[in-house]
Amino acid sequence: MSTLIDIRDISVGFVGRDGRTREVLRNIDLAVDSGECVGLVGESGSGKSTLALAAMGYLKRGLRLLNGSATFNGTDIFAQSRQELERIRGGQLALIPQNSGQSLTPTMRIGAQLHEALRLHSALPADHHATKAIELLGHVRLPDPKAIVTRFPHELSGGQQQRVAIAMALAGEPKALLLDEPTTGLDVTTQAHILELLRDIAAERGMAMVYVSHDLGAIARVCTRVVVMYAGEIVLEGSTRHVLKSPTHPYAQGLLASIPKLDCAALPIALDGRPPAPGDAGAGCAFADRCAIVQDRCRSVRPQLAPSEIGGTVRCFLAEEAKRQKGRTTGAAPVRYSGDDTMLDLDGLSISYAKPRLLEQMLGRGTNVPPTVDDISISVGKGETLGLVGESGSGKSTILKAIAGLLPPAGGAVTAGDQPLPHTVEQRHPSQLRQIQLIFQNPDDSLNPRHTVSDILEQPLKLYFGLSGNKLRARSAEILERVRLGAHYLDRLPNQLSGGEKQRVAIARAFAAGPEIVLCDEVTSALDVSVQAAILDLLNDLKKTQGTTYIFVSHDLAVVRVLSDRVAVLYQGRLCEIGQTHQVFGGESHPYTKVLLGAVLEPDPDAEPTLAADDVVERAPPERGCPFQRRCPRRLGAICDTDAPPWQSPATGHAIRCHISLEDLNAD
Amino acid sequence: MLMRRLFLGAITVWIVSVIIFAGVEVLPGDACTAFLEREAQGKLLENCRETQGLNRSAAERYFDWASGALRGDLGVSANGQKSISELVGNRLRNSLLLALCALTAGVPMAIFLGVVTGLQRDKPVDLVFSTTAVFAMTIPEFVSATVLILVFSVWLGWLPGIVLTSAGSPVSEFFPEIVLPVIVLGMVMTAHILRMVRSSVIEVMAGDYIQMAILKGVPYWHIVFRHALPNALLPAINVVALTIAWLLGGVVVIEVVFNYPGLGRMMIDAISDRDLPVVQAIALIVATVYVGVNLTADLMTMVLNPRLRTHALRGS
Ligand SMILES: Nc1ncnc2c1ncn2[C@@H]1O[C@H](COP(=O)(O)OP(=O)(O)OP(=O)(O)O)[C@@H](O)[C@H]1O
Ligand code: SF4
Ligand code: SF4
Ligand SMILES: [Mg+2]
Repeated sequence: MSTLIDIRDISVGFVGRDGRTREVLRNIDLAVDSGECVGLVGESGSGKSTLALAAMGYLKRGLRLLNGSATFNGTDIFAQSRQELERIRGGQLALIPQNSGQSLTPTMRIGAQLHEALRLHSALPADHHATKAIELLGHVRLPDPKAIVTRFPHELSGGQQQRVAIAMALAGEPKALLLDEPTTGLDVTTQAHILELLRDIAAERGMAMVYVSHDLGAIARVCTRVVVMYAGEIVLEGSTRHVLKSPTHPYAQGLLASIPKLDCAALPIALDGRPPAPGDAGAGCAFADRCAIVQDRCRSVRPQLAPSEIGGTVRCFLAEEAKRQKGRTTGAAPVRYSGDDTMLDLDGLSISYAKPRLLEQMLGRGTNVPPTVDDISISVGKGETLGLVGESGSGKSTILKAIAGLLPPAGGAVTAGDQPLPHTVEQRHPSQLRQIQLIFQNPDDSLNPRHTVSDILEQPLKLYFGLSGNKLRARSAEILERVRLGAHYLDRLPNQLSGGEKQRVAIARAFAAGPEIVLCDEVTSALDVSVQAAILDLLNDLKKTQGTTYIFVSHDLAVVRVLSDRVAVLYQGRLCEIGQTHQVFGGESHPYTKVLLGAVLEPDPDAEPTLAADDVVERAPPERGCPFQRRCPRRLGAICDTDAPPWQSPATGHAIRCHISLEDLNAD
Repeated sequence: MLMRRLFLGAITVWIVSVIIFAGVEVLPGDACTAFLEREAQGKLLENCRETQGLNRSAAERYFDWASGALRGDLGVSANGQKSISELVGNRLRNSLLLALCALTAGVPMAIFLGVVTGLQRDKPVDLVFSTTAVFAMTIPEFVSATVLILVFSVWLGWLPGIVLTSAGSPVSEFFPEIVLPVIVLGMVMTAHILRMVRSSVIEVMAGDYIQMAILKGVPYWHIVFRHALPNALLPAINVVALTIAWLLGGVVVIEVVFNYPGLGRMMIDAISDRDLPVVQAIALIVATVYVGVNLTADLMTMVLNPRLRTHALRGS
């Protein structure tokens, strides 16, 4: 096999505000053969994207090539003229970006964007472009390609946009594909389908791929070789099996241990600290500050990347030692709830976004669109954690908003403790507001960038407890301590905090109110796995010490598994299954739960997902029958379309809503 | 959607008309006592009230005024001599003329320069034009007007520094007197639109889809014209609309400095004459123009932006 992408000793950096050149990539060598798929992994900011883009001769504004070269198929890419680059990019060397929703031009139709790619890079005569575009869309398994060419990007779902991006990359019949987090932010089911598609395409065309991701599960599925990056350098390189099963670098071990796994109910182990900022790594090993087996020489001498006897190439003085150390891969067991006081009760909750039209309003009629969320009855015990899972659009956040009073439900009742809660925030008593706190996915949106940490924490303390002066400050510091941030953080602004620290502040703010119920909406989804592990640990700790009741929403089933006592599965705003975590995640389950579980990707090269149902996105729930009828792989027939399925209970506390009898569900 | 916007626009104009009318009503006295001041007594006052119809109830008068305005009849001025529609008609035409000249000269230039400076961010061209624009925006109009008059009219004698043509003269007679006011207006306006287009171009060019287009191998000018500009210029529509509204209703200072017979100066004159019916009429016209122009801009954005377009078509 010939080397297609050859990156030699490349360094990339920018000039910081102090005039010093700060390196983002440090002396990296990477060679990719045709037909090979290499994964690039590492925490956010480790330089994965910068490296992948450098392979195309592209550096983001402000970044400069400091050293080294990148060749593609024998041509030195940084030495090419603009015209020459335009010919190669999108032709033989194509990129599939992370967020296709934002990477497709919003004012151009899908067809026009595909035609552009074909015009630039394909040898086909112009009058074949229209048919070729449709053929490409069909090839990436988009339903009804003829209709899709006439659509604008915003009219497609996230998974469909990603497929369009893949089709566009294939238009130039590339020899190599660069993929920058192509499935991050997609549902598990969609992700699994896209990865299968990529695997098939790569195998069929013998393309080389560079796959950038922080998700080791995805890497395990598509890559044959893995490169682990840390603070702009390669720290470990080897076959996927070697890196994932027996990593020899302490950082790679830490990364793996911080991933929650579906088949393990223990808390993942957090990797404390954070990587040095560009240019701040000292003379020694960049990982020294976080390394558990660090020695004196690690701090003064930079280890070199060297082939290790136990396989792969590793940048660590103590690789052998590290390998022996490996053993503690699972963390502490999470706190489990036991008790029977009800804290929160949802009774027949239904929520509708569709507003009746003016005319219907005047005639006093509601809409006949089925409500977005319907008939949700769940009660959550005091100190219990309820996990809420389902694909995007299943109404998870909607339910949380309704509980918090941010969205008035169309019907049903919410009871906290023994008091029925009024529907909206305005009608609720301050003590009821204090009782329920919401934490959002993205702390950047929920923390005011102009308020210091102490301003943020003092708001609820003043509002609910009337604290002031020294007491206020002391209490803020105490709360901050509880989320494991020191009092010296009090005067910082959000932009002086890392992503994980911001989320801790958001958690601290919620706990400052002394809530009984905390609603967590994808609170770890925007974070690195290592940071996620620390946040999960923190939430678990608070549950133990404060006896807080959580509703924990996440699209990541393994994360839900770690924290939840009970899990409820939602499809299109309707409950499919609810039960103890171990009941839902094993034994007989609802067909939809099976689909979700089957699509989960484990960081294990031997695990294989099962794709039971396709990943079409439904815009609205069906009017009658089972909500899952259109995608269910085990559909019984007409009865599923017409009759609402009955609740069946295989064990106490476990309920499944399906027409299939329990024995048959069990049989599968 | 369209109907709703039109309906809301109409409601806004209606509410404004009520406010204008009520505002004048709550002033002490009425249109006639205001206008006649110390002579407001006996026969004179009665005659005036007769022509203004002030002897009827407020509701009746509002109805008359509003329905008249709908038909294009804005009543008679307080001195009872002239129909306001006639008076305002010429002035409105003159204001439109001024606005049109400033727009045709300024908007294309502003957009062009905005795009160039945006694409050439932090390069010499950008620095020159952006700084100039900041100056043009911050110098008060009467200062730049005075300087221009000094230079081009008093010293160089190239252009007339003041408009002597009367309100009702044919359009052709306003040239070349209109040139200096147009330049002053054009400068301010160009600066505002330029800055906005520049920042919008910069934002779009830094976006993911432009990076994607580069990495797809799309040639530079294609990126600019097909991928970037259609998105970058959408927000410009609203700024241009605001500028138009401003040109038609708010350029009082410039009209006064150059003695230009437009709506703005008429408003000033009417206020100093205490001619309340005229003040009311102009206020109503300005409000209508404002609402109309903004409505048009919103509709244009809606037609040109595929996101909004599909929403509008789907209803709701
Ligand atoms: N245009 C830029 N100017 C200066 N620094 C930059 C620029 N782009 C990225 N960096 C810095 O370079 C480093 C590497 O960034 P890069 O985007 O390659 O990381 P990544 O591994 O892809 O992270 P993520 O997982 O968040 O995508 C980071 O520290 C980042 O702050
Ligand atoms: S070189 Fe030293 S500090 Fe660096 S990873 Fe290896 S043991 Fe840890
Ligand atoms: S009721 Fe029918 S459609 Fe619904 S999950 Fe069960 S088998 Fe599938
Ligand atoms: Mg990245």
